[in-house]
Amino acid sequence: MANSVNKYYLPDPSPWPILMTAAVFSLLLGTGLSINGLWVGNVLVVLALALFAYLLFAWFGDIVRENTEGLYNERVDSSFRQGMIWFIASEAFFFLAFFASLYYLRTVAADWLTGTGYLAGTHELLYNQFFSEWPRSGPGIKQEFEPMGAWGVPALNTVILLTSGATVTWAHWGLKTGNRTLLIRGLALTVALGLLFVVMQAWEYQEAYQHMHLTLQSGVYGSTFFMLTGFHGLHVTIGSIMLAAILGRSLKGHFTPQNHFAFEAVAWYWHFVDVVWLGLFIFVYIM
Amino acid sequence: MSTVTIHGHEVHDHSHATPTGWRRWLLSTNHKDIGTLYMIFALLMLFTGGLMAMLVRAELFMPGIQFLQPDLYNNMVTNHALIMVFGAVMPAAAGMANWMIPLMIGAPDMALPRLNNLSFWMLAAGGLLLICSIVVPFLPGGGTPVNTGWTLYPPLSLQVGMSMDLLIFTIHILGISSILASINIIVTLFNTRAPGMTLMKMPIFCWAWMVTAFLLILIMPALASGVTMLLFDRHFGTSFFNAAGGGDPVLFQHLFWFFGHPEVYVLLLPSMGIVAHIVPTFSRKPLFGYTSTVGAMISIGAIGMLVWAHHQYTIGMSLAAVTYFMIGTILISIPVGLMILNFIATMWRGAMSFETPMLFAIAIILLFTFAGMTGVMLAVIPGDIQYHDSYFVVAHFHYALIPGALFGLYAGVFFWLPKWTGHMYDEKLGKIFFWLTMIGFNLTFFPQHFLGLAGMPRRIVDYNLVFTEFNAISSIGAFIFGLSQILLPIIIIKTIRGGRKAGDKVWEAAEGLEWTLPSPPPFHTFSDPPVIK
Repeated sequence: MANSVNKYYLPDPSPWPILMTAAVFSLLLGTGLSINGLWVGNVLVVLALALFAYLLFAWFGDIVRENTEGLYNERVDSSFRQGMIWFIASEAFFFLAFFASLYYLRTVAADWLTGTGYLAGTHELLYNQFFSEWPRSGPGIKQEFEPMGAWGVPALNTVILLTSGATVTWAHWGLKTGNRTLLIRGLALTVALGLLFVVMQAWEYQEAYQHMHLTLQSGVYGSTFFMLTGFHGLHVTIGSIMLAAILGRSLKGHFTPQNHFAFEAVAWYWHFVDVVWLGLFIFVYIM
Repeated sequence: MSTVTIHGHEVHDHSHATPTGWRRWLLSTNHKDIGTLYMIFALLMLFTGGLMAMLVRAELFMPGIQFLQPDLYNNMVTNHALIMVFGAVMPAAAGMANWMIPLMIGAPDMALPRLNNLSFWMLAAGGLLLICSIVVPFLPGGGTPVNTGWTLYPPLSLQVGMSMDLLIFTIHILGISSILASINIIVTLFNTRAPGMTLMKMPIFCWAWMVTAFLLILIMPALASGVTMLLFDRHFGTSFFNAAGGGDPVLFQHLFWFFGHPEVYVLLLPSMGIVAHIVPTFSRKPLFGYTSTVGAMISIGAIGMLVWAHHQYTIGMSLAAVTYFMIGTILISIPVGLMILNFIATMWRGAMSFETPMLFAIAIILLFTFAGMTGVMLAVIPGDIQYHDSYFVVAHFHYALIPGALFGLYAGVFFWLPKWTGHMYDEKLGKIFFWLTMIGFNLTFFPQHFLGLAGMPRRIVDYNLVFTEFNAISSIGAFIFGLSQILLPIIIIKTIRGGRKAGDKVWEAAEGLEWTLPSPPPFHTFSDPPVIK
């Protein structure tokens, strides 16, 4: 189209944003009701998730169609790229807040519970029998637990995720050099590795709950362990779904060596998830 | 002057005809319409939050409990803050960003128009969820209302009923909205500026929003993670904020204020950006020190990220920690002072005139500087230990946020309303509105400094008899302040419906691309980017 060289593409009015809001609103309201024991919340959550899934197809479908029709120029592509980068930056700060909390709980909070820090009085008055070391639960938690070691499933998961980072780069190279077989093989392998990671983590959680008595209720160790690894696992799951989506698009032949923003966005996200895992492996499992 | 010609979207204009009816407003991908929606929402929320403030002041008019039971009183205090911060000021500033940034930088629209619409509706959904959270305690089995103050500190917030869960989700959804809007603004500013407009030629309102948007992207996730931990502590047995499980309630305070302190600059900077347009326009001189103003805004944002724990001097941090936070906080007065100096130097020997936007701008410079002074008092540790949680703090932050944020937005409304509607507002009504607002505002909050210094604690429904007189004065001021705000929608509606026609360049000395466009600008502007020399 003549305007695609220098004109910025402006979409027509779209029903998807307001419907997406309805889905997110129902999801949150439903969760709020259901955690307070109101069954109607579960119904809302299920409906919201169904609408959400439909909207992903509808909204991204629009974008794919506009892209294949050649409505986007380089500026639009660049807007998408920058948008994705800042989205990942905000995600990074979400995880950073959890890492910072872990640091705070392990050092500053530990000090005053043990009576060595600035709030030694708390220790004297309330918990003078309690001496803190990591991993710890807390003075009020009686159930013993076994902390999660680093060199079993977690180490294996590290290898899996690092390998998946390599396979997605392999697929990218295939895409850039026009080697379709390599692209599809690389992506399929990455999806498989992502799913394998999630399955391994589910197995690890089951071990923790059934044999190690390590649960969300095991004081701060359990809280930070499950919160950090859980949110990361959620991101791996989302990343795997995104990878599966671009695998589907690759099979349909949507990407060209020049035009494949979606692929790169997912690859960036996947690398981000990878880096977060390395942080987790060091600070949650090893240290 | 207006050499920029505006073309319609001629290439495929059948699909870009101006949408009409409900589709235009609900499904919009137009930055002007979305900006208008943001501002209407903000105005509604301003009056909702204002009504709560009126209830609070009515209760405090006399000692004793008259209208509100303690829990409900604290709920009104909490929701007044949340609604004003998240519902009124941020959306109004975002609305102005939506309207003005593309016009100022010569872009056809925001870079990601559908995302823009999503940001607005997420905000509206957040408002709805917040109202659910207020209503739930009145229903049978709804539990206690949120009575924690907007800071939501545990352990109290762990004990509140279901309305706290809805509030937590409100914060999540508002966070999504803010982050998406910020991403959009950053991308628009980086990627869709007209050819020739380098970053250092960008209008200062755009710079103010650039810093604001970066702050939001960095701080909103911290609040989201904090309230998520709160949710898990409430329902899933975790111990993040529970000492019995090895956690620490103070951790939440750190997470909250890591968000909460930069949030002050999120509220402040867009308004300062507006003032930096108004002062040169009505002084008929270019802004003094454009580069240093940009630098000051960036420094305020950067240092502002590192000083959060000055809200927590009394929790018993180590001496080294409180000293660091004190020094960092006082350092911020340097870039703030520089910004104020630049505004004053702009006015120096200018051919000044005093239309309503300029009156507000001058009031902001005076009153916000005053808030800066009390801010330095509060930043000093031994002083703060005395003033902490007293009405002095209430007076300080209302002096900071009402002039620093709200009046800046008012100034922006009067400054740009002729551009938005094509009509001049009623200058006489505008001036009456300004003076009533000033009298009401100062009468409300100035006496609260004395109340605080005399030891009246905040967030308590009843008070000692010795505080009666100043509280009565403050409440009378609040009623004047509150009632005078009714003039604002009256002026706006009057301007929309008619009035003297506004030209392209509404103000004699206004500079910038937005003033080369007709008033009101057509539905699509700058489809062909203008070239900046």
